[in-house]
Amino acid sequence: MAESNVKVLGTWASPFVMRVKIALHLKSVLYEDVEEDLLAPKSELLLKSNPVYKKIPVFFHAHSPICESLIILQYIDEVWTTSASSILPSDPYERSQSRFWAAYVDDKFFPALRRLLIGATEEDKKAALAEVVEGTVVLEGAFGELSKGKAFFGGDNIGFVDIALGSLLGWIEVIGKQCETKLVSEAKTPRLVQWADCFSAHEAVKDVLPDVDKLADFGLKLRAKILKGLAPTN
Amino acid sequence: MSKAKLVILDCWVSPFCMRVKIALNEKGLEYEAQAEDLFGGKSELLLSSNPIYKKVPVFLHDGKPLCESIIIINYIDETWSSPPLLPPCSYGRAQARFWADFIDKKVFDACGNIWRSKGEVPVEAKKEFIEILKQLEEALGDKDYFIGTTFGFVDIILIPLTSWFFAVEKIGGFTVEAECPKFSNWMKRCLQRESVAKVVPPPEKVYEFVLMFRKMQGID
Repeated sequence: MAESNVKVLGTWASPFVMRVKIALHLKSVLYEDVEEDLLAPKSELLLKSNPVYKKIPVFFHAHSPICESLIILQYIDEVWTTSASSILPSDPYERSQSRFWAAYVDDKFFPALRRLLIGATEEDKKAALAEVVEGTVVLEGAFGELSKGKAFFGGDNIGFVDIALGSLLGWIEVIGKQCETKLVSEAKTPRLVQWADCFSAHEAVKDVLPDVDKLADFGLKLRAKILKGLAPTN
Repeated sequence: MSKAKLVILDCWVSPFCMRVKIALNEKGLEYEAQAEDLFGGKSELLLSSNPIYKKVPVFLHDGKPLCESIIIINYIDETWSSPPLLPPCSYGRAQARFWADFIDKKVFDACGNIWRSKGEVPVEAKKEFIEILKQLEEALGDKDYFIGTTFGFVDIILIPLTSWFFAVEKIGGFTVEAECPKFSNWMKRCLQRESVAKVVPPPEKVYEFVLMFRKMQGID
């Protein structure tokens, strides 16, 4: 069903934006895709609709803006309810586990990944790499617990944690190539390797995950912009 | 192992633990608070039930552990539905979650930048703290509570952190009442609530703890 009042303000390269699009695809909700250029000054729309953080994604439903990807996902899950595509489990304890691991991805795993991308010195990169690899091993364990032998963290279907972590797969590959390491390795995390293939191939996902070479090119530009911003100005 | 159905691994001064206790009080639930000695040595139960972060609070429901205060409160609200802590409409819930997340990202760290500082408190740290409170004041508007007329999710997430504000004021040399009067009124309103008053320690006691912690860390 076409929803003319659903809009995503974001960019093709942002994993946080990808999360929102994947969720909308899972729910078969059509939306308007508004592209924000991360390498240019922030648009008026962005500054007005997310005055607190001035960041993408911003999700609009009937003109009301919602920010922060995991919060947007929960909103989408609550508004478009078809039992076949529930993003969070229905059992409160299982929901809390899903929220815990999605928060882990955002609070521990992603920051380490980011430090690996923008690490200025060899030492910084080495420390970040160790953290990222440790994170993948922890997530392999979480996958074992949550999936209960099925293909996804969410079981038979893609769920909250799948979307939270899976949206990072493009960047994981790009950053891994940059470090000349497979960050999600067969040796340490065989289940995650399999999961990554299943996730990337899913109908709701495959058109959202970006081309890795295009992302790598963007990554270089983004890294340069961030490092320039961090450099002392005297 | 406790026979109590609801247990919280607790520390009296932790605002994150206070949040969970307030939520349980709001729901009229009986629970046992097991005090953790965060300096002397964390219990086996804490380490085994929160292996990732090894932190309080941990909430145990019939022995099943839950970690991270906001996640715990969501669980409590979904398991015991009355009275609801989140608003009924999805947009209101998204706003509540947004502000709870903002509070978690910003407030405690901003407090820390003041009470942990050695010597003179940096002007930037004070400015940032006040700015955060002003943003929260704006979100509060003219309402009694963050989401409308009833005490709920966002209030529960924020009010415990304010027990550390007296310490921040003493060390920073300013008062929240002077800088953010609306926020100060909201604080007083929440602290009158029984579920909150039973849990939040006197600010002077928290200040004593902060001074002791500063000595321990070699800041004083």
